[in-house]
Amino acid sequence: MFKLSGYNFKFCILFQIIFVLFFTISAFAAGEQKRVQKHDWTFAGIFGHYDDAQLQRGFQVYREVCSSCHSMNYVYYRNLAEEGGPGFTVEEVKVIASEDTIIDGPDDYGEMFERPGKPSDIFMSPYANQNEARASNGGAYPPDFSVLAKARSTLRGFPWWFVDLFTGYQEQGVDYIYALLNGYSEPPEDFILQSGMHYNEYYPGNQIAMGQPLYEESVEYADGTIASVEQMSEDVSAFMMWAAEPKLEIRKKMGFKVAIFLFVLAGLLYYSKKKIWAKIEH
Amino acid sequence: MSKESTYIPKSGFSKWFDQRLPLPRMLHDNINAFPTPRNLNYWYTFGGILTFCLVTQIVTGIVLAMHYTADAGLAFASVEHIMRNVNYGWLIRYIHAVGASMFFLAVYVHIFRGLYYGSYKAPREILWILGVVIYLLMVITAFMGYVLPWGQMSFWGATVITNLFSVIPVVGTTITEWLWGGFAVDNATLKRFFSLHYLMPFMIFGVVILHIWSLHVTGNNNPVGVSVKEKQDTVPFAPYYTVKDAFSLVCFLILFAWFIFFNPNILGHTDNYIMADPLVTPAHIVPEWYLLPFYAILRAIPSKLGGVLVMGAAIAILFILPWLDTSKVRSATFRPLYKQFYWIFVVNCIALGYLGSQNPEGLFLVASRICTAYYFIHFLLVLPILGLVEKPKPIPESITKAVLEKMEIRNLKEKSAEA
Repeated sequence: MFKLSGYNFKFCILFQIIFVLFFTISAFAAGEQKRVQKHDWTFAGIFGHYDDAQLQRGFQVYREVCSSCHSMNYVYYRNLAEEGGPGFTVEEVKVIASEDTIIDGPDDYGEMFERPGKPSDIFMSPYANQNEARASNGGAYPPDFSVLAKARSTLRGFPWWFVDLFTGYQEQGVDYIYALLNGYSEPPEDFILQSGMHYNEYYPGNQIAMGQPLYEESVEYADGTIASVEQMSEDVSAFMMWAAEPKLEIRKKMGFKVAIFLFVLAGLLYYSKKKIWAKIEH
Repeated sequence: MSKESTYIPKSGFSKWFDQRLPLPRMLHDNINAFPTPRNLNYWYTFGGILTFCLVTQIVTGIVLAMHYTADAGLAFASVEHIMRNVNYGWLIRYIHAVGASMFFLAVYVHIFRGLYYGSYKAPREILWILGVVIYLLMVITAFMGYVLPWGQMSFWGATVITNLFSVIPVVGTTITEWLWGGFAVDNATLKRFFSLHYLMPFMIFGVVILHIWSLHVTGNNNPVGVSVKEKQDTVPFAPYYTVKDAFSLVCFLILFAWFIFFNPNILGHTDNYIMADPLVTPAHIVPEWYLLPFYAILRAIPSKLGGVLVMGAAIAILFILPWLDTSKVRSATFRPLYKQFYWIFVVNCIALGYLGSQNPEGLFLVASRICTAYYFIHFLLVLPILGLVEKPKPIPESITKAVLEKMEIRNLKEKSAEA
């Protein structure tokens, strides 16, 4: 191993000054867009897992509000009943799927036809294609929900981007979405808002095409939870995280087992190494 | 270090086989019995770790290729298919994606270890040059691999980098269009990058064999930097270094597993979860972290052609490093001045990496110009001059003497601590 005591202490200090200098510059260089706060999620951390009730509520919000504009093209109805998901039963999923109308075909006569959805179908898309979606939304394309929670991030700045490597903070995307859904407000007086745009303090540039999607009691929760804007945006953000990372729970569980195995193996190898090298000075 | 073979075939069959194809003999002499300096520290275990990384990338890559579709319209969806529908597809893909970063982490430790202990000096110049060739191939392979998921960063990264070739006078545009297979980064580009991304790891594997061959001709360098002189300077590779390498590898795997299972996306860019869109340019186009220092160098130079040339020179200069360093002493342990300049160089490289992630404007641009200049000053001025003016510390007569001296000092310290 390198011995720190061996080299000049002065240089050590010099490096640190250079470092601090660079990173303070970077901290000030960020700005404008309001910084997103870290939110407390059940799926964060080493033992993270989804809250089934929350995912079911989030699914309800998606279905009743978001899905009128946003597709979810990589998620199937059957995923709702899979391990590490919202915990619907297979029967419930069949009912959920059958409530949507899927365009299938062509049939034996070359015609497209409508039929009720099946668990093996991809979630029904609100628009036939991107052009229709744009035409219906003033030129803006409502992004697909499938991986959106992984496709967004927040400005972290030094030293957080480095600290994140070792704390396992992987919730930047949901934190941003949660903040964004709660970030609608009247624009400041000197702010020039383009027509058809909406002011949001968390959106880059503060002008977002999507109007505020959630208002108090936008949905009526089946489990009786009060549907405040904060509650609904938290639930739907969690649901989006699940949609983006359906294997998160399985992954973290497996990771814990792998870690135990590796630590034990490392211990065994360490003592083997010590024993084998005991008689050799090195 | 050509040595007598110590292989003794035991059974009749192995004798028969040995006379026809001495493969077991070669493996025995090069793995089991290979004489290795007894004083190698943990920084020397990264060669083994790198071999593991290469094999892991090849194995996971072959499985991914079974499910991946190299088509501009389908690539992004096929990656999501792997993540959601393929059994343990998420695990294989995360191993491969995190594995690329871990591979580079290990290769940087390996390279900087070589720089610290002077492993590039005679008689190991070819060994070093082969290492630089491997690194260069790794960079190209990683770049092409990053294009395959066909996300926004894939597409725009490919656009930025392939466009660099257009600065070549006269034939630049022709070469760029030839690389693209069209007039922009598109389906043809993706397909050829996939083909080459599959090919290049095997080229790396070939050069790795040459790298190890060369290592086994010259023998390992070591932290003292003194050549092996007598038998007691060395120990057989097995079991001494197999167990040490294995322990080190498992420690490395703990870090690897941490990223795979608990932090799989932090080393990548979130924009790559947005499907490639030629009409929407991301706010910041940045390469993966391991290429950031070169990106900083590229953008530090005001002219495009100049930037490309200087960036190329930043790697090319490594090829002639053995002849730029004029000092006869290998290890930095005995070079008081070089040791300090070494650490400045390390910090300079990290700073370049950081600057590569920032917009090249204002203070960042000034800083990246200074750091770029210093990168070259280190190789072209510091190293040649240091060898002439530096007064090295007394060098031990042999590895064994150095080891015994170290033990004596340690024992004395322990005694004084007890007293």
